[in-house]
Amino acid sequence: MATLEVKNLHVSVETDQGTKEILKGVDIVINSGEIHAVMGPNGSGKSTLAYSIAGHPKYTVTKGEILLDGENVLEMSVDERAKAGLFLAMQYPVEIPGVSVSNFLRTAKTAVTGEAPALRTWIKDVREAMGNLKIDSTFSERNVNEGFSGGEKKRHEILQLELLKPRFAILDETDSGLDVDALKIVSEGVNRAHKDNDLGVLMITHYTRILKYIKPDFVHVFVDGKVAEQGGAELADQLEAEGYDRYVKA
Amino acid sequence: MSDSQKPAQHGLAEHTHGSFVPLQIRSDRPRSKSVSDFEAVSPLQDLWRYLQPEQLKGLDADVLGEYESEVSFGAADGVNVSWIESTDPRVGTIGVPEDKVAAAAYTNASKTLLVEIADNAELSEPFVVNITGSGSQASALHVLVIAKKFSNATLVFEHAGHGVLAEIIEIDVQDEAKLNLVSVQNWDKGSAHVSAHFAKLGRNSYLKHSVASFGGDLIRITPVTTFTGPGAEVEMNGVYFADAGQHIENRPFVDHAAPNCKSRVTYKGALQGNKAHTVWIGDVLIRVVAEGTDTYELNRNLLLTDGARADSVPNLEIETGEIEGAGHASASGRFDDEQLFYLQARGISVDEARRLVVLGFLVDILQRTAVDELVERLTKVLEEKLGSK
Ligand SMILES: Nc1ncnc2c1ncn2[C@@H]1O[C@H](COP(=O)(O)OP(=O)(O)O)[C@@H](O)[C@H]1O
Ligand SMILES: [Mg+2]
Repeated sequence: MATLEVKNLHVSVETDQGTKEILKGVDIVINSGEIHAVMGPNGSGKSTLAYSIAGHPKYTVTKGEILLDGENVLEMSVDERAKAGLFLAMQYPVEIPGVSVSNFLRTAKTAVTGEAPALRTWIKDVREAMGNLKIDSTFSERNVNEGFSGGEKKRHEILQLELLKPRFAILDETDSGLDVDALKIVSEGVNRAHKDNDLGVLMITHYTRILKYIKPDFVHVFVDGKVAEQGGAELADQLEAEGYDRYVKA
Repeated sequence: MSDSQKPAQHGLAEHTHGSFVPLQIRSDRPRSKSVSDFEAVSPLQDLWRYLQPEQLKGLDADVLGEYESEVSFGAADGVNVSWIESTDPRVGTIGVPEDKVAAAAYTNASKTLLVEIADNAELSEPFVVNITGSGSQASALHVLVIAKKFSNATLVFEHAGHGVLAEIIEIDVQDEAKLNLVSVQNWDKGSAHVSAHFAKLGRNSYLKHSVASFGGDLIRITPVTTFTGPGAEVEMNGVYFADAGQHIENRPFVDHAAPNCKSRVTYKGALQGNKAHTVWIGDVLIRVVAEGTDTYELNRNLLLTDGARADSVPNLEIETGEIEGAGHASASGRFDDEQLFYLQARGISVDEARRLVVLGFLVDILQRTAVDELVERLTKVLEEKLGSK
């Protein structure tokens, strides 16, 4: 069993108007196999939390810690974090012209495991994972995210999640911009990865609808750079009924 | 960024001394086989505006040495290779120099390397001509390629070593012939190479013309393709990688002077390091007679670091409305931090990420040469360039 701990995390970015503090002391602890939902209004700092855990250079940690099984994540480079078992499914996946999906997937798999996957089983694994996510096989030869629809990008993120088999996944609004069919397909993918790999999940979402398909063990309400309240799945139902107004006004 | 320029009007583009010469209509450009007919090279001339005369390392002089001893080749069935006098009537029929350095090559090369593919010959292997420089004396080389009727061949011109070379390659692709011609520029540091290619395509002929430029302080290639018979097709490809201080310039020109011909021009380059500079000027002229023309030209550049600069200008002159299609695209983009972050977040190291992106971008053009040995070797050259950063 592994643990990802975010302790009193303060994060700021440089803006034209100077340094701006976005995260103001975040505490979240996730164990293997747990599903945590982070819910909050736009601009509350959810993506900043996700990027900070993954190590995006734009975000500066000014205080606090991130530990993976007690190891200091903040000292690791972005690729070292991925190799240590952290995965970020991005809200806005980036287009990489000139790099095919198949080449990208194989290179990433080789990088995180430290050795090239056996070709025969790898091809079979990729084909099966793509089939499960209803991704057409022609995507293998397309450039990463180039010309993908919003839904295709999100399914491609989950494809990577299933193939790279991280220990912890941060899903940043993976549910946004999906129709109901795509939402189900993506949710099934997350649930498979959760079950097969004892994955710990930090699921960032703006809406409650994905929680019908992915059942959270814990819900954190995120407001103005902090966790304002936490509870079980029932907290999501309360948010569904009442919205964020109560927290935002407070 | 993307850019395009309107051609100047006929007759308006005069050479004026001391002031900037505006872009002129391509077919109006002055031509001569004699170096003395050209003014001294100056960045004020449109043709030379992207470089300083010093970068030519003496190639713009009136008198140049000769390059015969630096050229080697094997033998193959169906190919006749020999040195002929440059006064031979076949020499100079395909192209006439349009700039001072090409004219210097023409004037100073007393012999011309003739590479003749026999009628109906089908070459099973690529035929390779090695041009390996061994000094810094500015020198001239003239090559005449004749692909005779119904022949089918792959020719590779491989430039390496330390050279300062002014070169003309005339390419006569006769009716129904198929020619795959590759020119590789992988010179040592300190080299300069200015090369004018002139291709003439006969009826229903096909030319694939590729240039791959990686090593050398200055490489400037001006390939001209002229259609002289209907139904012919040209594919012009270019791939280049400029490191700090390197200047790589490509100015392909397709002259649609016959009906129902097709042209595809695709150049891709990567740049890294301070003062890495690439220039691409792609001209296409569709003349009144060239009804049914189908043309597309594209240039893409990938800037890997700050301090590098890619100039890219497509020009399309259309004199008839009766065409199949005509288009162009030009874009220069950065390998940006977000792409890098995405790849790193999947466990891929910075170096590996750059490798992946650059090879993905450029190798596709290398592969179009269809010469496996070359693709493999030049991919390694690219990898070394990436590793050196
Ligand atoms: N790189 C950045 N530069 C400037 N401001 C930023 C940057 N990233 C985020 N912000 C600001 O920080 C706040 C939180 O953003 P974000 O983490 O994207 O929120 P969420 O994902 O909850 O919508 C917003 O006000 C946003 O404008
Ligand atoms: Mg967000």
